[in-house]
Amino acid sequence: MAYESMIAESLTINGHNNEPISAYQARPMGPGPFPGVVLIHHLPGWGEFYREMTRKFAHHGYAAVSHNLYHRLGEGHPDDVAAKARAEGGVADDQMVGDTHGAVAWLRAQPFVNGKVGLIGSCSGGRQAFVYACQRNDIDAVVELWGGRVVQAEDDRPAKQPVPPIEMTRGLSCPLLGLFGNEDRAPSPEQVDQHEAELKKHGKDYAFHRYDGAGHGFFYYHRPMYRVEQTLDGWEKIFAFFGKHLKG
Amino acid sequence: MCTSIVEIVPAEGAGKSFDGWFPVTRAVVSYDHPNHALLDDGIIVDFVNPDLGPGARAAVELTLESARALVGALERAIAAAELEEAEARRVPAKAA
Repeated sequence: MAYESMIAESLTINGHNNEPISAYQARPMGPGPFPGVVLIHHLPGWGEFYREMTRKFAHHGYAAVSHNLYHRLGEGHPDDVAAKARAEGGVADDQMVGDTHGAVAWLRAQPFVNGKVGLIGSCSGGRQAFVYACQRNDIDAVVELWGGRVVQAEDDRPAKQPVPPIEMTRGLSCPLLGLFGNEDRAPSPEQVDQHEAELKKHGKDYAFHRYDGAGHGFFYYHRPMYRVEQTLDGWEKIFAFFGKHLKG
Repeated sequence: MCTSIVEIVPAEGAGKSFDGWFPVTRAVVSYDHPNHALLDDGIIVDFVNPDLGPGARAAVELTLESARALVGALERAIAAAELEEAEARRVPAKAA
C-alpha cells in the first residue's frame, strides 16, 4: 500500500480590507503541485463539518482552504458564533467577497498549488460561491450546493445583501456545477428554474443536477435531511467537475 | 440564512450558558436550520448578551408545535402573574 499523509492546520490569512481572518487548510503532504479549492462554510457555522469537508478534498489530492466568514464576530463555539451571525443578518456580500478573495489569493501564492483554484459552498455558502464567481474572475470553477436566496423576493433587499445574485448572472466568470434537492424550499424547484433560465439566457457554461427524494442540505450526514444515494452521486459529480477544470 | 425569519427583542434577566450565568440583554427568535434538534427547520430562541461575546448564549431549538405551546404557556403564566401583582398592590391599600 502506498504511503499517504496530509497536513491539516489552522492559519491566518488576509481577508476583506487586508484584515486578518482565521482559516483552516488541508493538503496532501509533498511538493504537489495540487489543484486548489476554497470552501465557503454554511450558515450553521465554521465548524466540524467544514473541517471534515476540507480534509476530504485533501484526501482526493487537492490543496483546500476554508476561511472563517464569521471571524469578526468573536471567538466561541461555532454554534454560538453562527447564532450571532444569524441575529445580525449574516455577513455582507462585499465583505464575503473580500474574505474569499483573500483565501483564493492565499492558495494561488502557495508553491504547492498548480495555478488552478475552484470554489465550493453550501446553503448560504452556495449563494456566496455563486456571488463570488459573478463578481471576480480569479477562479477556474465553482460549485453551488443548494444556494438559498440566489433568487431574493421583492421585499428581500437587506443592506448586507442588496443585490439578488440572479441579477449578477451576466458576470459569471467560470464553469458552474449546481446540485439541488427537489424537495427543498430554499431554493425551491421554481427558484432553481429561474436560476437556470438566467444562466441559459446569458449562454453560461453550467450543469445543474436536481435530486428527487432530497431536500435542503442532503450532504449533511449528521442531520435528518441526509440522503446517502444522492450524496454519493453528488460527490462523484463534484470530483469529476473539479477534476476536469482544475487538474488538467 | 435560508429563511430570513428573525425577530429580536430587548430582554432583561439572566441566562445560563456553558460558562455559567450571565445577564441577558436580548432575545432572538428565528426559524432556520437547527444545529442539534433533528429537524430540517425549527424555531430557535437565543437569550444572549452581545457585549459579552458569542458564548453568552442560552439557546433552545424547538419544533413549531413546541414553540406554539410555549407561547401559550408564557401567555397564561404572564396573565396569572399580572393578576397576582395587581392583587398584591391592592392589599396594602385595604390595610391602610
